Amino acid sequence: MALTKPIKSLWEIPREERFVGGHAACQGCGAALILRHLMKVVGKDAIVVNATGCMEVISTLFPRTAWRNPWLHLAFENAGAAASGVEAALKALQRKGVLDKNRYIKVVAIAGDGGTFDIGLQSLSGMLERGHDVMYVVYDNEAYMNTGIQRSGATPYGAWTTTTPVGKKFRGEWRPKKDIVGIAYAHRIPYIATANPAYPIDMINKFIKAYNTRGPSLVHVLAPCTPGWRIPESKSIEVAKLAVQTGMWVLLEIENGKPKVTVKVRKRRPVREYLKMQGRFRHLKDEDIKKIQEMVDKYVEEINRWVGEEAIGPVEEK
Amino acid sequence: MSTNQEKGFPERFLGKKYPETMEDLPIAAIVPWPGSTLDVTTHAWRTFRPVINQDKCVRCRLCWIYCPDGAILEVDEEYTTSTGKKYKVSFKVDYDHCKGCGICANECPVKAIEMVPEMK
Amino acid sequence: MAVVEEKPREEQLPTRKKKIAATGSDAAAYAVRDADVDVVAVYPITPQAPIAENIAQMIADGELDAELIHVESEHSAMSAAVAAAATGARSFTATSSQGLELMHEILYIASGLRQPVVMALATRALSAPINIWNDYADAMGMRDTGWIMIFSENVQEVYDNLVQAFRIAEHPDVLLPVVVTLDGYILSHTTEALEPLDREEVLSFAPKRPRGYRPVLDPDHPVTIGVLGAPNWYQEIKVQQALAMRESRRVIEEAGKEFGKRYGREYGFIEPYYMDDAEVAIVTLGATSSLVKAAVNRLREQGVKAGMVKIRVFRPFPAEELAKVLENVNALGVLDRAVSFGGALEGPLAMEVLSTLAVRGVMKPFINFIHGLGGRDIFVKDVVEMYQKLLEAAKSGKSVTRTLFYGVRSRKGHVI
Repeated sequence: MALTKPIKSLWEIPREERFVGGHAACQGCGAALILRHLMKVVGKDAIVVNATGCMEVISTLFPRTAWRNPWLHLAFENAGAAASGVEAALKALQRKGVLDKNRYIKVVAIAGDGGTFDIGLQSLSGMLERGHDVMYVVYDNEAYMNTGIQRSGATPYGAWTTTTPVGKKFRGEWRPKKDIVGIAYAHRIPYIATANPAYPIDMINKFIKAYNTRGPSLVHVLAPCTPGWRIPESKSIEVAKLAVQTGMWVLLEIENGKPKVTVKVRKRRPVREYLKMQGRFRHLKDEDIKKIQEMVDKYVEEINRWVGEEAIGPVEEK
Repeated sequence: MSTNQEKGFPERFLGKKYPETMEDLPIAAIVPWPGSTLDVTTHAWRTFRPVINQDKCVRCRLCWIYCPDGAILEVDEEYTTSTGKKYKVSFKVDYDHCKGCGICANECPVKAIEMVPEMK
Repeated sequence: MAVVEEKPREEQLPTRKKKIAATGSDAAAYAVRDADVDVVAVYPITPQAPIAENIAQMIADGELDAELIHVESEHSAMSAAVAAAATGARSFTATSSQGLELMHEILYIASGLRQPVVMALATRALSAPINIWNDYADAMGMRDTGWIMIFSENVQEVYDNLVQAFRIAEHPDVLLPVVVTLDGYILSHTTEALEPLDREEVLSFAPKRPRGYRPVLDPDHPVTIGVLGAPNWYQEIKVQQALAMRESRRVIEEAGKEFGKRYGREYGFIEPYYMDDAEVAIVTLGATSSLVKAAVNRLREQGVKAGMVKIRVFRPFPAEELAKVLENVNALGVLDRAVSFGGALEGPLAMEVLSTLAVRGVMKPFINFIHGLGGRDIFVKDVVEMYQKLLEAAKSGKSVTRTLFYGVRSRKGHVI
């Protein structure tokens, strides 16, 4: 059974696993953890459409599968279109009496940042614009991790990747991260949220709201990647938490166009703390860190203005 | 092995769990065995193994929440600590599927999980 | 003079239908309507667009109860069509030329996942330069994608082939996607007489099978579709697919025969025309066959024993049937309307025909003609000239090893 009412305690999360262990995700994989909880929320009556990427590869090496739900993978750039096809088929078959009209089956699309921000953007846009009843979850590990840590449109400013290497002339990614929430917002869809596995209740409640939405929804989840971010396997959650506490990742929700910060941060920690934990930012000099701090300050200011309150407070040095 | 009726579609498309030759393949390699990665053990990935101290454990569920591999098992097993505190559930490590990442130990608020080197 | 195999319609038809005037695009849409398709995912392209428009109108008028997905590209059209089929729906799409090229990646996935999608392809030349007129370059690019490919010669065949396509694609012994071609403009926009069937007839000929006769996305019987196939299994999975294509022959043959029995129009893999005593023959595809037939008629009037073979089913390739019918000719030509640049022969159909014969030890003086690219008119006199070249080859016993491009405006003459 799907979780349909918001939870208040960790103990309300169902025990049943629908995305099971034995898969080949790296040690400490943030994305695998996100999927574990996502599947607990959506329960049995959900069809998963997965774009090519880490999670597809690690979970379905023939002859085995980590999924207990019906699951479909076609290609990298078409999760939006494939999910549209499944949803349209369910609608037609229900209307024609082949499937039970009264049984609600949710279509869940899962894709990484590459499959969403870059190669799959057109397909996603089509799905959102046409108003398909699909819940789209993007696990954002901020680069093409599956192919070996190449830069994507979601790679943040300053990050080392194998295609934004650190050299004499260039030092890591020199462009800011693409605003996928802004893109989804421009489609005027009923529900958009950002989430973070270090805040499981918040994340799960957002999955529940996306599940309960009739129409397209998008949940953008930060997915710490231990090899790609150059962090120890045990630190995924710690890093993810710092992303929120530094204001690098704001936990947002946009319900019917109305934005809200769901996890307020009264006093922000300096971004240095987040950056220093990760090998991908190791090369950054003080002036780089200063620049990133300024970028985050500006982003926080924008968010606060957007939600109409000081949801994210000023930086407080320890 | 599941029967035809259970799976809802003919045996010919179902294949054999697990295939050995081409004739055993399910159609288009469509896997009709949900959750079958559980048959794979990932214990060899570990260099350290988490060991839960049941006495120290406060049953906060965080290790279970944060495990990417679902390798912390929540079992309905009563436990009474040495100080007399009673719990209805216990958390145990599924060593077949734990990869030894150590998130559980890192996130445990009472440091009840110790990462112990695997013996070679 | 050999007797034409066609019998008068009156004797042949068990159930005579009312004829209506229809274009190939109308015929395709009628077939979709009569087959009660559940999901249609289409993106407009010339000359396929009228198919999409007709279907949209039928849905708007309540004549067809289907979900129409207004996808934002052909890549998404094919993706959505495959996903709908994987959910258990009867699924249709249509495209042309550049659209098919954009779909290309998913064409392999449709067949690799054994999803019975049916597609209409209004054949059109490929860019560059951009050209919206007919040739078979787009269709020939599908050769290796694992689709069953059926070519139509006229508007009636567009309808009949699509009706058969649903039966073939969804047959449990097949489960492969099927494409039915209609020559861009030549059929897609040309009005001919059409005898559509009743919807009940179509649904009894191409029945919608009970859900669960094949694995589909179903929460009660969860399956994982689209796995990662490592080197330890990939090869076997692909061989399984190749065997499915081989085995589809029986179902295709059965469908063509049964269609004839029921509605008086029987279909085979190939259609021989005056082949009983033909000394020279040309093999070709699609609506071009009608033109070649006209040339054969003219030559027969002059006492030349010319014949023609139309390939109706291009995939799986009718090698046995073709080899048999070509056994006794003295020289053989293939008229291609696509170029395989730098190929051993530059005509893709020619290469198929030649390997069919070579592997069976049948060697005939052979000429590969390419004409009619990007809507260039082929005239009957051009084809007559091709037959004359074949008569020369028959006499000399020699093949022309170089592919001949016909109808070229060149200072060196019209054959290059």
